[in-house]
Amino acid sequence: MWTQYLIWIFLGIGLTFNGLGAIGLLRFPDVYTRLHAATKATTFGSIFTSLAVVTFAFTQLYLNGKMANLQLGLHTIVAIASLLLTNPVGAHAIARAAHRSGVKPEKAVVDKLAEVKK
Amino acid sequence: MIDIWFLTAFILLLWMILSIIRAVAGPTAPDRVVALDTINTLVVAIMIILSVAYSQIIFVDVAIVYALLSFVATLYIAKYLEGGI
Amino acid sequence: MIFEYLLQIFLLIGLVILAYLAIKFKDLIACAISLGIFSFILSLEFYILQAPDVAIAEAGIGAGLTTAIFIIAIHGTSRWEVEE
Repeated sequence: MWTQYLIWIFLGIGLTFNGLGAIGLLRFPDVYTRLHAATKATTFGSIFTSLAVVTFAFTQLYLNGKMANLQLGLHTIVAIASLLLTNPVGAHAIARAAHRSGVKPEKAVVDKLAEVKK
Repeated sequence: MIDIWFLTAFILLLWMILSIIRAVAGPTAPDRVVALDTINTLVVAIMIILSVAYSQIIFVDVAIVYALLSFVATLYIAKYLEGGI
Repeated sequence: MIFEYLLQIFLLIGLVILAYLAIKFKDLIACAISLGIFSFILSLEFYILQAPDVAIAEAGIGAGLTTAIFIIAIHGTSRWEVEE
């Protein structure tokens, strides 16, 4: 079926963005830019690899009509929702903890948050 | 059609090993926490991919439980680094 | 299934490296984070060995609760390991 090519495109996009997140985590100079690269790119890529699974499940449901494929698709959608719920909250908590534990940005000129807190 | 899922899981494992390098070499503690968070997300993605590769429907539930529970560790470490537990 | 064997080989190498680093670090927060990553990879290994119930138990207890208990214990004592 034509959704096979759609699955390949989704897997390609997901692998590319996960790889960009990992390389950014390895190459960037300080905590905040690493957090920026790792969290956002990795969440985007994981959503796309999971969307490939959803597409595969609904294609199999259309082809042979087993209800187990519907269960696979719906549970994967729940997993995507839990990723979307927990990942940004964790990133925000890490950024606030890094700023309060005294890690400064590498080449920053102004630090408005430290001025506000005084 | 089955083999492409194992290939995807293997490439995601390679990205996870790159994140482990940052967790080993990170100069401060928040760097290591960022690497931990990245490894969480990649492990959830690998689990969802492998459940299709083994064609076992029940394996997706492990990924849901994992995504909701590994969040606790990140929040605890962030709360400790922030100053008060 | 060449990629399945490669997956298991890389996971076991990662387990050995992280278990060594958990002993080697002097910063105890880094040790707790290293044991957390160890638990994640062990859970993935149980998952590949077709045992999802053990993987759920390892993810809940090893990754979530044990790291939190280690952090509370470090908060009660000192953060750096003291040389005798």
